[in-house]
Amino acid sequence: MRIGYLYKTLFLSELRAGLGVTWRNLFRTKFTIQYPEEKTPQSPRFRGLHAQRRYANGEERCIACKLCEAVCPALAITIESEVAPDGTRRTKRYDIDLFKCIFCGFCEEACPVDAIVETRIHEYHMEHRGENILTKDKLLALGDKYEAMIAADKAADAEYR
Amino acid sequence: MTELTTSSIASMWAAVPVALQDTLLITLRIVVVLVPLILAVAYLTYAERKVIGYMQNRIGPNRVGPKGLLQPFADVIKLLLKEVVIPSNANRVLFVVAPLLTLTPAFAAWAVIPLFPGFVLADINAALLYVLALTSLGVYGVILAGWATNSKYAFLGAMRSAAQIVAYEIAMGFALVGVVMASGSLNLGEIIEGQSGSILHWYWLPLLPLFLIYFISGVAETNRAPFDVAEGESEIVAGFHVEYAGVGFALFFLAEYANMILISALTAILFLGGWLSPFQGVLSEDNFLAKPGFFWFALKTGVFLFCFLWFRATFPRYRYDQIMRLGWKVFIPLTLIWIFVEGAMIAFDIGPWFD
Repeated sequence: MRIGYLYKTLFLSELRAGLGVTWRNLFRTKFTIQYPEEKTPQSPRFRGLHAQRRYANGEERCIACKLCEAVCPALAITIESEVAPDGTRRTKRYDIDLFKCIFCGFCEEACPVDAIVETRIHEYHMEHRGENILTKDKLLALGDKYEAMIAADKAADAEYR
Repeated sequence: MTELTTSSIASMWAAVPVALQDTLLITLRIVVVLVPLILAVAYLTYAERKVIGYMQNRIGPNRVGPKGLLQPFADVIKLLLKEVVIPSNANRVLFVVAPLLTLTPAFAAWAVIPLFPGFVLADINAALLYVLALTSLGVYGVILAGWATNSKYAFLGAMRSAAQIVAYEIAMGFALVGVVMASGSLNLGEIIEGQSGSILHWYWLPLLPLFLIYFISGVAETNRAPFDVAEGESEIVAGFHVEYAGVGFALFFLAEYANMILISALTAILFLGGWLSPFQGVLSEDNFLAKPGFFWFALKTGVFLFCFLWFRATFPRYRYDQIMRLGWKVFIPLTLIWIFVEGAMIAFDIGPWFD
């Protein structure tokens, strides 16, 4: 026991073992991903920036049921509803505060008509106070812009829902 | 045309007074040594970040220039452009002088380092003593920096550093005594010549414990991991240089890395035969691999520098009492014992090393 300890101390066995570990890692494949040029693979379920979708005929999906507002754990969603000129129930106001949002995706899950979705977009920024509020117009614009991507992601994930 | 210019330069040179000629030549030689040294320091920081990065499965700096090769210059420019802040309660003079006091000995010690056969800035007979004195002087900068800053953390760092260097200086001195006993000279060039023969004639073999102790003490002496309690980021923020920013910090940084190169070079000279070739005595004399030269010296120094970085990537920091135990209760007795063993080896003429 004592002899073994002395041997270990004098011949630096454990230090050499430690050096061996770092030496082996010197030649291992590196994990680093050169971010702006390379990106990690993303799941179709990725929960990034929000968007509101429309039906193919241009009619907005949201029916102001307020399920998303109710389920939102961070109280990030504010909805006011009204009766639209054509007699349907629509939102007058639909705000998502991105500073409050925790990107849990509950709003997306709660939505009966797949109106509010979270897209894969995660590279965005704000420059002025107030830009953190995604209004209904902005959400619909995002939805129009990325509809192809959103539809593809929904189709990819459809069989698991 | 070229003949004209060379002859005109020669005539201009002849016009210079003889005393001034010497001064100019010496200055030129100093520049020839120091400029590559500073460049080596710059690229040592780059190498450190790369090596440690690779050992941690990362890539390290790779954005500034191809493969990140311009990173050291970016760092230097950043540091030089930063504001020099002097704390209001600091001793202003000492605060400014301290970084210079650490840097100067680190560079001055290179005066006696033989780089290749026949080239050394100052061929003095007490070179080893000179080196020992200068490497010990570096600690004054650290202590003064810690004291002049007038901050608890800096002072703690300075105290730790002082105690550590006192402890390891002794073991280092004894290791050097072993080298002096083996070579019978204090002149570094003669120490190297004394090791010529083959790789087995180098002093690392008969002085193996002293060799290891010298290098480990050297790591402790330069305040590098795992002996970096003087800086101890997690305990005392940055130790003696907490309050230094910009140029002052750059100088401390430069001194630390210059000291690393110095210790590596000294280990190579004292124990691994400096500029001697490892193929000497194996290959024929005419083979270019068997010739002594700067390349071998640089290669050996580089290996030790890599060890510095390797240690830093591998070992956690020693506790303060462990450092003291290692220095006083392990290294000093071991060196003393080995000096006696070496004395016996010399007395009974064992091995080819002592003649």
